[in-house]
Amino acid sequence: MSSITIKRPEAIEPAPKLDKKALSADHPTWCPGCGDFAVLASFFKVVQNLGIPHEQICTIAGIGCSSRFPYFVNGHGVHYIHGRAIPLATGVSLSRPDLNVFVFGGDGDGFSIGGNHLEHAARKNLNLTYVIMDNFVYGLTKKQTSPTSPVGFKSKTDPWGAQDEPVNPMRKLVASGATFVARTHAAQVNHMSEMFERAIKHPGFSVVEVLSECVVFFKGSFDAANPRKGGEFPLIPEKQWDDSPDDWKAHDTTDLSKAIKLAEEPWPGKFGVFYEVERTTKNANEQALIADAQAKVGNASSQEILAKRFARMR
Amino acid sequence: MSTAAPSSPSEPRVSGRHSVRSKTVDDAVIRIAGNSQDGIQTIGGLLARLAGRTDQDVITYMTIPSTISGGPSIFQVRIGSGEILSPGDQADFLVAFYEHSYKSHIGFLREGGICLYDSDEVKPDTSDKRFVYVPVPLTSATVEAVGGTAKDRGKNMFALGLLCSVFDLDRERLVEIISRQFGSKDESILRNALLAFDAGYAYPLGDILDLAFQLKPATASGKTRVATDGNTAMALGLIAGGVRHGAGYPITPWSPIMEQLRVELPQYGGMFIQSEDELAAISTALGFSYAGHLAVTGSAGPGLSLKMEALSWATMAEIPLIVINVQRGGPSTGLPTSVEQSDLMQAIYGSHGDCPRVVLAPKDVEDCFYIAIEAARIARKYSVPVIILSDQALSSRIEAFTEPDLAKVMVEPVLDLNPAPAEYKPYPLNAETRHAPPGTRMTGGTYPVVTGLEHDEMGHPTSNPDLHMKMTARRRNKLRRLEAELKTPEVYGDANGEILLVGWGSTYGPIREAVTQLREQGLKLAAIHLRHLHPMAPGLEKVFDRYDHIFVVEMNDEGVYGQGQLATLLRSRFCNPKIRSICKTDGLTFKIREIIAGIDDFIAVTA
Ligand SMILES: Cc1ncc(C[n+]2csc(CCOP(=O)(O)OP(=O)(O)O)c2C)c(N)n1
Ligand code: SF4
Ligand SMILES: [Mg+2]
Repeated sequence: MSSITIKRPEAIEPAPKLDKKALSADHPTWCPGCGDFAVLASFFKVVQNLGIPHEQICTIAGIGCSSRFPYFVNGHGVHYIHGRAIPLATGVSLSRPDLNVFVFGGDGDGFSIGGNHLEHAARKNLNLTYVIMDNFVYGLTKKQTSPTSPVGFKSKTDPWGAQDEPVNPMRKLVASGATFVARTHAAQVNHMSEMFERAIKHPGFSVVEVLSECVVFFKGSFDAANPRKGGEFPLIPEKQWDDSPDDWKAHDTTDLSKAIKLAEEPWPGKFGVFYEVERTTKNANEQALIADAQAKVGNASSQEILAKRFARMR
Repeated sequence: MSTAAPSSPSEPRVSGRHSVRSKTVDDAVIRIAGNSQDGIQTIGGLLARLAGRTDQDVITYMTIPSTISGGPSIFQVRIGSGEILSPGDQADFLVAFYEHSYKSHIGFLREGGICLYDSDEVKPDTSDKRFVYVPVPLTSATVEAVGGTAKDRGKNMFALGLLCSVFDLDRERLVEIISRQFGSKDESILRNALLAFDAGYAYPLGDILDLAFQLKPATASGKTRVATDGNTAMALGLIAGGVRHGAGYPITPWSPIMEQLRVELPQYGGMFIQSEDELAAISTALGFSYAGHLAVTGSAGPGLSLKMEALSWATMAEIPLIVINVQRGGPSTGLPTSVEQSDLMQAIYGSHGDCPRVVLAPKDVEDCFYIAIEAARIARKYSVPVIILSDQALSSRIEAFTEPDLAKVMVEPVLDLNPAPAEYKPYPLNAETRHAPPGTRMTGGTYPVVTGLEHDEMGHPTSNPDLHMKMTARRRNKLRRLEAELKTPEVYGDANGEILLVGWGSTYGPIREAVTQLREQGLKLAAIHLRHLHPMAPGLEKVFDRYDHIFVVEMNDEGVYGQGQLATLLRSRFCNPKIRSICKTDGLTFKIREIIAGIDDFIAVTA
């Protein structure tokens, strides 16, 4: 059978168990107080909990404050171009089933310049985990309106207050066909870690929107969802499918129209898993194509397959 | 005769009419003009394959309407026993299916040429005595032969039968090739095809058979030959070069490459992904390459423009990649189904920043195969993006060539996941780039982040001015090392003389033919062909010194300053005022006489 040769040592010592020190790379260049620090800490914790081997971690990002993430993780990583991290991660995920592929990025990167890619990766159900660090503003470029900026937000490009209807991330993601869609808050570390862990375990395209405050350009943006700042952090009660008396009232995460309805709730809305279904991944579909094609050519080597192709053109 | 063939409805005919032919010719140009839905491409392809099988040389040329519903279309085949380098300036034989086919193409027929037309459709002006007219009721005779309402379907095969008879082609082999082409389909399709073919073959043509010419038999090469188009050769070359992954977005004339790779690659354990747009396509291809699987993406001009930002990243991050650009007429949507060579500057300089990358161009269909292998080798060796500039004419025309020796050229890809040593540096200042693909254990404990930011030897971002200069030089010097590997191309023709023609890409054939013709007329001249456009092979200045005038022949505009794109590059490189341009932008391949006229114009002005 013709397949790609992989050279690797017969036996490799298990990597030392990962701790925060082994996982830390550069000290983050984020502003003190930036919500993204907590996202990083939470990611470290989950990667350790799940026991992911060091060499199998691959973080990929576009451009933005949040997209600098890969520099702060000591793992294989890519700092790519603005908005295109998802299609690059597509190539990594599809051709390397041995890896754990994580994409990190901002609201501008994901919903604006990269919006089309998000749509298609969700629809194709690529096997990777995507964390959107949503701060409702363009941080790196210093305070322009972002696709999630609320109407009225005063930015350098809308000094009189943003006018355009913002993207509703949960609605967009559920409607696009993502198979795991969750929402959390960078100030709620345990909840955030729980969402990450479930997203990583989910087979397919899993997205977590993290409300991660930009303390410089949109201070206080997420206070309404932070009990420590006088807000509320209302969780989605998920159906347990048991006989408990109130279970019928809880959210069925496999119900698309209910998930959309939940996404329509007024600010600050609810937190937790909005939608979670299993659907064949593109990764599995491509592997099935390979398996079928290889079954047809039997034990032929790649040279024999190509020689046959040429023989047809004689 | 193949036993698969149904018995011919006609009476048996005397085989081999060599004796009655008044003359033999080296080659013949046959133009078949109809509508795209008539299947004229199919018969053109069959003729080309026959030529390959009989050791004849062949070049085809076709036009496709850019409208979806089809429309006027031609397929031209030039078959001969010598070296065939261009589709031909004029036709010896025209088959006209419709009035519009006759009207548009009679002017392409040479004086004394034969116009065979469908007398059910065409009313030619027979008072024009320059041509010989042969009426054949293609439509009704096909209906009669095949029966039923299949008239539009079998006409092409009927015409092929006629051509087989007129040119006394190897009928047995042709039937075999037809059977193979239609064999996998519904049985009745093959039956009808052969019925129409036989009827055409048996159709009484009278004395034109005496007028017609006999192709000189080709000398047997003893080698197995194949016939295919440039896009197919390119796709197969990528596979031979060890490329197993890719991503693309459809656009004419690139789509057939991605369609074939999508189907072929899974057999080899690889995959080709149809992306949502060209930005995603190149990004996914870069994802494959980053993951350790050298990948391909491709497009035509508009899509190449969309890939420019990512290409710049590939240069900076030093990720190997192959980008195929099948050039067509531009700017913008331009002339989607016509040929042009106007993306050279975009290929070399299109991205932002100092962004060195390799640019290659194949000279003919066979070379599409070999250049893809070379592109893969260069991309791997230097961790650099390589752009291959093909064009619309190469992409769709069929040529016959010696079947490649796969044992010699085949490259087996390897994904190396051996642990990286503690002293690993991805971008050493004094050695070639080496990546540790994800999945690699880093013995030293530090894992690499591949970035588009300027970085140090470890890949760590830095804006240190000194390092930016060093790293910029490092990326450029990879191309200088490649340049040092290249050999000065040989000239074709006189070793020194009055004129040197310089070409790149698909103008190879017509330029060479122009040289042959002009040398026969006593001019001392030669041609040189550049397959490597960035970097160029060394030593060109010495070759240029041996000629009085240098003409760069290319299918693009002469620009504001009077030079085409390659001529501009050569002038800036060599500061040589002898370098001039012969350019054109009519969306058609160069005719020999156009090249000669370009030289004559110059001589007339300077005389
Ligand atoms: C093609 C391109 N256009 C524009 C930019 C400039 N740019 C960099 S980051 C950014 C927006 C970042 O916003 P977001 O994605 O929300 O990330 P944040 O910084 O807020 O985390 C922009 C416009 C760029 N780097 N590339
Ligand atoms: S600008 Fe805002 S988003 Fe960027 S690092 Fe500072 S606080 Fe964080
Ligand atoms: Mg943002």
